[in-house]
Amino acid sequence: MKSWIAFWNILKKDIRNYYLKPPNISWGIIFPLSWSLMQLIRSPDGNILELLPGLISMSVLFGTTSMLAVTITFERSGRSFERLLLAPISLNLMVLAKIAGTILFGIFNAFVPVIFASFFIDLSAVNWGMLLLAVLLIAITSSLTGLLIAVSAKQVFEAQTFSNFFRFPMLFLCGLFIPISSLPLFLRPISFCLPLTYGTDILKGIIMGANILPPLLSFGALLVFAVLLFLICRYNINRKWIL
Amino acid sequence: MKMVSVSNLKKTYDNFTAVDDISFDIEKGEIFGFLGPNGAGKTSTINMIIGLSRPTAGEITVDGIDVRRQTKKAQAVMGLVPDESNLYNEMDGFENLCFCAALYGMRKEERESKAHQLLELFRLKDAGKRPFKAYSKGMRRKLTIAAALIHSPQVLFLDEPTTGIDVESSRQIRNMIVDLKKNGTTIFLTTHYIEEAERICDRIAFITAGQIVASGTIPQLMDSVSHGHAIQLVTDKNARDVSIELHKHFMGSKVEIHSDHSLVMLSEQRIPLFPVMNFFHDRKIEVYEARELRPSLEDVFVKLTGIESSVLKKDKEKAGFR
Repeated sequence: MKSWIAFWNILKKDIRNYYLKPPNISWGIIFPLSWSLMQLIRSPDGNILELLPGLISMSVLFGTTSMLAVTITFERSGRSFERLLLAPISLNLMVLAKIAGTILFGIFNAFVPVIFASFFIDLSAVNWGMLLLAVLLIAITSSLTGLLIAVSAKQVFEAQTFSNFFRFPMLFLCGLFIPISSLPLFLRPISFCLPLTYGTDILKGIIMGANILPPLLSFGALLVFAVLLFLICRYNINRKWIL
Repeated sequence: MKMVSVSNLKKTYDNFTAVDDISFDIEKGEIFGFLGPNGAGKTSTINMIIGLSRPTAGEITVDGIDVRRQTKKAQAVMGLVPDESNLYNEMDGFENLCFCAALYGMRKEERESKAHQLLELFRLKDAGKRPFKAYSKGMRRKLTIAAALIHSPQVLFLDEPTTGIDVESSRQIRNMIVDLKKNGTTIFLTTHYIEEAERICDRIAFITAGQIVASGTIPQLMDSVSHGHAIQLVTDKNARDVSIELHKHFMGSKVEIHSDHSLVMLSEQRIPLFPVMNFFHDRKIEVYEARELRPSLEDVFVKLTGIESSVLKKDKEKAGFR
C-alpha cells in the first residue's frame, strides 16, 4: 500500500509538473493536427484512412520518447531525481511510475488525429478495443525507448539529440512512409527489429485491413519488445544511476 | 547503541580512490561531524551510506540493517539533506513536503499535518504557498532540511547544510540540528566550517584524500596534538624584564615573550596559577590577565591533516558564491 501511495504521487506530480503544462498540451494537440493538415494539403485527394495509422504512430512516438527522456534528464541535472532513488520503493515501481505519465500522454496524443479524422471519415468499422491496445503497446515501447535515452543522457540537449537519432530512422524504416517490401534488402531486417514496425502494422490492419503480419504475432512482438526494453533499462539504471 | 557502523569502506572510480578504507561508528542520538576540504571524500561516503552509490568494498549498517543487502529497508530510516537544495522548483513549499512524505508512503492527512508542522517549525509558514524557485537560499536550505525530516528519520545526513547561506539562517539551522539531537535523532554532518563542527558536534572525524586521519571528541582531538600546557600573562611591567626572573623561579617551564607586556609560560605539566600569581605579587607587579592557552580545533586540523586553514577558507568562498 505504501509503495502505491508513492507510485500514484510520482505519477500525479509528473502529470501536473510536465504533461499538463500549456506548452506540452498545445504540443500534444498541435503536433498531430499539423501532421494531419500537412498530409491533407500535400495530397488533397489522399485517403485520410490511409494516413491515420501513420499519424497515430508518429503522434505517440513523438509524444513519448523525448518527453520522458527530457523530464528525467531535467530532474537528474537538478538532482531532484535523487529523491526518487532514495525513496524506500523498488526501482521497478519507480520506473513504472515515471513511464506511466508518458504512456498516458502518448495515448492522449494518439487520439488527437483520430478525433480529427472522425470529422471527415466514418470510423464505425474500427475495432476500438484493438486500437487502444495497439496504441497502449506502442506508447509503452516508445516510452521505454525514451527511458533508455534518459539513462544515457546527462544533459537535456543530449536527450533531445539522442531522441531524434532514434526517432527519425525509425519513422522511415517501420513501413509508415515506404512499405517494407520496397526497402533495400539490407534494410529490411532492421525494420523488423523496430517495435514501431509491429505497432504500425497492427494499426494498418485495424484501420485499413492492410497488415502484412498476423496481428497476434505483432502484439506478441510488441510485448517482447516491452519486456526486453524494460530489462535493458533496468540493467542500465542499476549500472548508471547508482554509481 | 550503534546507529551507523561503517567498516573498511572503499570507493574507487577507475584509477581514482575517493574513499580509502575508512571505518567509524556513530552512537544513537549523537552528532558526528565529518570535516575535510572539498574532494576529501565526504559526499562519496554519504552517498554510499544512503544507497546512492555502491561501495567498492566494506560494510555499512544503519540501525542494524545491512545497507548493501537491504538498501530500501535502510533508506526508510534515513533522511538526507544534500549539498544542493534539490526540491522541485515548480511546486510550492507545502506541495514539496507532501510529495516527499508520499514517497515514504505516508497517507494524505498524515503528510499534510506533518508538512504544516514542519513549515511552522522552520518559520516558513507564510512561504508555504510560494513556489520553491521563489525562495531565498536560506529558505531553500531550510525547506530541504524539512523535507528530509518529513518521515521522521532516525538518522539524518546533512551534507554541508550551512554552506553559502546567510548568518541568521545558518544559526537557525545549527539550533535545529541541536534540537533534533535532543529529540534522539542521530546526525551525520559534513562540513568544512571548523567552528561549526566545534560548536555542535559530539565527535568529529577529519577526512582528507579519502582517509580518516583522526577522530574522537573535541578534547580527545586536542589532546592528541597538544603535548604541553601554556599560560598567557599580561602585566604592567615590560615582559622582557620579567621573563628571565620568571624562568629562573619556575625552572621546569619555558617563558616566551609575546609582546611588550605579554608573556607565555610553557610547561610539560599543568601550571598551577597560585604560585605564579604570588611571584608577581611579591614583586609588586600587577597581572591584568592570566589565561590558559589551548590549541583551537583549527590548529588541530592543520596539524593532523597538513592542510592549511586557508585552503578550507578558499573552499568556503567557492561554495558561498556557488
